[in-house]
Amino acid sequence: MTSMDCRRLTTGLCFIAPWLVGFLALSLYPFLSSLYLSGCDYSVLAPAVWIGPENYTNLAQDPIFWKAAGNTVLFALVSVPLGLILSFLLALLLNADIPARGFFRTVFFLPSLMPLVCLAVLWLWLLNGDLGLVNACLRPFLGLGNHLFGASWAPPNWLQDPRFALAGLVLTGLWGVGHPMVIFLAGLQEVPRHLYESADIDGASAWQKLWHITLPTLSPVIYFNGIMALIGCFQVFAVPYVMTEGGDGPERSLLFLATYLYQHAFEYWNMGYACAIGLFLFCLILGLTWVASRLSSRHVHYEGA
Amino acid sequence: MSRSLPRLSLLAALWLAGCAGDFGVPAGRTVIRYWDKWSGWEAEAMRAVVDDFNRSQDRIWVEFSSTSHINRKLMLSIGGGVPPDIAGLFGNTLAVYAENNALTPLDQLAQEAGLGEEAYIPIFWEICNHLGHLWALPSSPASLGLVWNKKIFRENGLDPDRPPSSIAELERINDRLTRRDTNGRLQSIGHLPSEPGWWPAIWGWWFGGKLWNGEQMTMDDAGNLAAMEWISTYPQRFASRDLLSFRDGFGNFASPQNAFFTGRVAMVLQGPWIHTFIEKYAPAGFEWGVSAFPTSDPARLGTVTLVETDVLVIPAGAKHPREAFEFLRYVSRQGNMEKLCLGQRKFSPLREVSPDFFAKHPNPHIRTFLELAKSPQAKRVPPFTLWAMMENDMKQAFGKVWNGTATPEEVLRQVQNHLQAELEKSQHRWSRLAGILQKQWSSP
Repeated sequence: MTSMDCRRLTTGLCFIAPWLVGFLALSLYPFLSSLYLSGCDYSVLAPAVWIGPENYTNLAQDPIFWKAAGNTVLFALVSVPLGLILSFLLALLLNADIPARGFFRTVFFLPSLMPLVCLAVLWLWLLNGDLGLVNACLRPFLGLGNHLFGASWAPPNWLQDPRFALAGLVLTGLWGVGHPMVIFLAGLQEVPRHLYESADIDGASAWQKLWHITLPTLSPVIYFNGIMALIGCFQVFAVPYVMTEGGDGPERSLLFLATYLYQHAFEYWNMGYACAIGLFLFCLILGLTWVASRLSSRHVHYEGA
Repeated sequence: MSRSLPRLSLLAALWLAGCAGDFGVPAGRTVIRYWDKWSGWEAEAMRAVVDDFNRSQDRIWVEFSSTSHINRKLMLSIGGGVPPDIAGLFGNTLAVYAENNALTPLDQLAQEAGLGEEAYIPIFWEICNHLGHLWALPSSPASLGLVWNKKIFRENGLDPDRPPSSIAELERINDRLTRRDTNGRLQSIGHLPSEPGWWPAIWGWWFGGKLWNGEQMTMDDAGNLAAMEWISTYPQRFASRDLLSFRDGFGNFASPQNAFFTGRVAMVLQGPWIHTFIEKYAPAGFEWGVSAFPTSDPARLGTVTLVETDVLVIPAGAKHPREAFEFLRYVSRQGNMEKLCLGQRKFSPLREVSPDFFAKHPNPHIRTFLELAKSPQAKRVPPFTLWAMMENDMKQAFGKVWNGTATPEEVLRQVQNHLQAELEKSQHRWSRLAGILQKQWSSP
């Protein structure tokens, strides 16, 4: 290596040093450390004692962990597609040539700027079984249903009733569709006009244009939004934590993996066990992202690829 | 830019000065950092005692910080090697801190200072001891009692000065005080175990139950089962959906919409702090009384209550443990302790109390809370590391019974099995560390 190469290497390393130091100290070291600690009986303050796979075998037999894992997967399964569809539809509407388009774009984006804790407190009231706005909107419809079918439907106590608590959280999550909506909007504006013009000449319907032009062109954006939403869902913590006042919700219906990890790390002083939960969560997200990227190779089309 | 540069430099210099030294501390003093969980009037009461201490001598300077989420921050600061010199914690967290080597044992310091159990009401000294060592000194304590709304009693033809003396009588009064509107919706109720529902784990105590026997969990014993069966009568009598809807209409505890202050619930299980909230949020002229919460069998079970105390500890790795203990000792003197407890509207954990203390105390029922704490049947949270988990498990068990999705036997069996397994893990963990830690704690 010549002195010139050496200087270039040093300069290059200096330029990437802020990221490199951050990565080594704040990502790689904690990751390797938690990998080791997941095999220990460790409470942060008492010395760590190596116990091998015991944390993992306990995890496999822990019904509360599986409840949390089930809730997390169910939340992701419902919330990700629903959020994607809603944000895509909103983006389509706001991409259309309508009056005051800028105003509506701002209005739909604004709620996603709300801090998560405020969002949780606001939705606590919106979902209140007795006084909540959501139930106030539902009551006339349920009343009509009761009148027509002779039923006795009543609006649910969203966050108190284990059957409805997760649905309440999904509703709350939809408040944040502004972010993916903006990304979809940006993507929609990149769809080449000439493809639509060609389709018009060929007599394609709006649905055919959406299915054969818009969606394939937007596929990288859908993929990106999907992966981000998936990761967000698997890490859901702040909103249910505030809504349940740090608890698990009725019959643990709002207990998620991230909350369970937090409880073991900071409330039960089982940091080793919490590390094992964290690594399980990491592998789960990694695995699903890998599956998604495999699927994407067939269905995601990159321009110029 | 040329103008703002000197200002920025001055700000930077001030900031650096703030980082480098302790601003406003008289020269020559050892600075003691003290974190406490309290805010509001409770923090102000402690701040006044800290100021007195700082004025009383010229060697030590205590810096008091009101710290939110203190358990988490303290754990991380101890782990990071930069703990405060003193921390104010809830007594029920002492076992978990002690068994994790997070505290400095105070045995020797207390012995040197001539501080011993003879100064304290026994249960408070017990709370501060664990595994044969003293870990803390009590600051302001509390006990739980039945707090009832006298006006509602009077309006319903009951003697406002005669609270229920048994669970059966509580339920008779409950039925009498329950009101529904024309649509059958609940408007008010006599008593609701879920309001405010802060102690779901201990209802069994009022039925003769125990949480553990010192070695094993006893969550499914006859007393705990009787308590859970009592809880299960509520959704049966009032309909689970009605109760959920009724409770959804309650405001926050610290608000004028608190169900007890609005008269929607006439009797609650509460501690001496309720007085401050009544003063602040209840309607003017709110009449209330305090007595022991009734048991299922008064003759056999006596006066049952939960006793708790805030405690002052010296975290492991504190830089100035001796100076920190000087402050703990100062707080434990009768006059200072009474000033603190008056300010925090609690009673004193000391055996000796001056007659002035009760005369000056703003809470008219403070003597009742003190007498409850002195009861032979006053109980404390079990001294083990599982309390947080137990509370959570019992909250879930309570919820299942409340929603009618599981029977009392089922939920208690689940809780018993889970907690027993966790207890064994905790005992196993302790067995790995006991030798090293006991040796470390006993060395001077």
